Amino acid sequence: MIELIDVGKVYHASAGDHRALEGVNLRIEDGDIFGIIGESGAGKSTLVRLLNLLERPTEGRIIIDGSDITDYQGRELRELRANIGMIFQNFALFQQRTVLQNVTFPLEVRGGKKEANAKRAHELLRLVSLDDKASRYPSELSGGQQQRVAIARALANEPHYMLCDEATSALDSRTTVQVLDLLAHINAELGVTMVVITHSLDVAKRVCNRIAVIDEGHIVEEGKTADVFANPQSDVTRELLDWGYKRTDTPDGKEEVVRD
Amino acid sequence: MIEFFDKYGALLAQGTIDTLVMSIASCVFAYVIGLPLGIWFAVTTPNGLRPNKAVNTVLGWIINIGRSIPFIILLVAIIPFTRLVVGTSLGVPGAVVPLTVAAAPFVARIVEQSLAEVDKDLIEAAHSFGASNMQIIMKVMLKESLPSLVRGVAITFVNLFGYSAMAGTVGAGGLGDIAIRYGYQRFQGDVMLAAVILCVVLVQVFQTFGDWLARTIDKR
Repeated sequence: MIELIDVGKVYHASAGDHRALEGVNLRIEDGDIFGIIGESGAGKSTLVRLLNLLERPTEGRIIIDGSDITDYQGRELRELRANIGMIFQNFALFQQRTVLQNVTFPLEVRGGKKEANAKRAHELLRLVSLDDKASRYPSELSGGQQQRVAIARALANEPHYMLCDEATSALDSRTTVQVLDLLAHINAELGVTMVVITHSLDVAKRVCNRIAVIDEGHIVEEGKTADVFANPQSDVTRELLDWGYKRTDTPDGKEEVVRD
Repeated sequence: MIEFFDKYGALLAQGTIDTLVMSIASCVFAYVIGLPLGIWFAVTTPNGLRPNKAVNTVLGWIINIGRSIPFIILLVAIIPFTRLVVGTSLGVPGAVVPLTVAAAPFVARIVEQSLAEVDKDLIEAAHSFGASNMQIIMKVMLKESLPSLVRGVAITFVNLFGYSAMAGTVGAGGLGDIAIRYGYQRFQGDVMLAAVILCVVLVQVFQTFGDWLARTIDKR
């Protein structure tokens, strides 16, 4: 379980302070696929980076599995991160490593034996149906394939949690559905708790059992996905929904891809 | 033609060997010093792995001062240092020391630039998998920028090849020295031309090989 207690984040810069998050309280239960929805610049990318301390909160505490991780450093921090896989909007695959070497990277940094790492990587590549591409390089793969490699890499250390930062924003709608179904499958089969950052209601609707809506650094609404969609409590959510319906009601059903 | 090679073949062969020994040795030593310096410089920049303004500023000064001293001045100015390191300021060893000192700051700068090209998202991803800073330097920054680093080696080597012509000043020999002594001082144009052609061919060979190697290892 992940708990955020009164979490805030202020960026200090010579041009002045910028507040990215304020008073965020969240509880993400084991087994959840928890969506965090908001417009570009709402603070959702910062929020997800707090969970594995890629960014440090300037206020509040972050509790994971009962331990306060807010001030973790060094080895403790690296152990924590091994338990939290992460995938990214632009996939962030290592271009000079093969698909297999990408998947073994998180194992390598923890010092596993080479053969054992490769064996584990092949298992994961079979899970994402890409074992035949093991010796290829990322530049030879499609976007959807690259994100599946990134998913396999994120699972290498058998994490309990997985953070997905706009993981489907760079993909077309068909590939998006495939990747989302894969995430749902991993959640169901391996019990990996997921935190899904997205600006897309369609993404949230398809995979998330709970969602939180974030706007200008504040959580404005949180609850079961079905409840939030059926009975939105905040203006921001209603606006998101209106916009979402208008958008998906277009006759050709095409989805526009928005990058942060 | 045959007569020419009978007379000057051995001289040109020795010159080629001297030039290659000077260029290769000083290139290797320049990387021994410049590569760690360049990495240190890259990781201490404001968006680096371990930002450190004081260290970064001082390194920047050292690197820029090193790069701005004309080689012929440096060659003479550090003679006491050269004697201290190799026991002599003459011959090939006497030239390798100033060539190394001249090239190391240049190497540090191009290494830093190669490392700066590495996508910040890859470094963030590596952090997210629990990699330490040292692992990120070795397994991500150096690995991902390898083609660029190889191109840097080729440029450094070709520069050193050119600088080594001035090493004749301390009696180190080499093709550049032959071109100057025979062509410029004794008006033997044919020897000068032969030495210059050898320089051109060797530079072409090394540059082409460097480009080919960089292309071959680049999987982007």
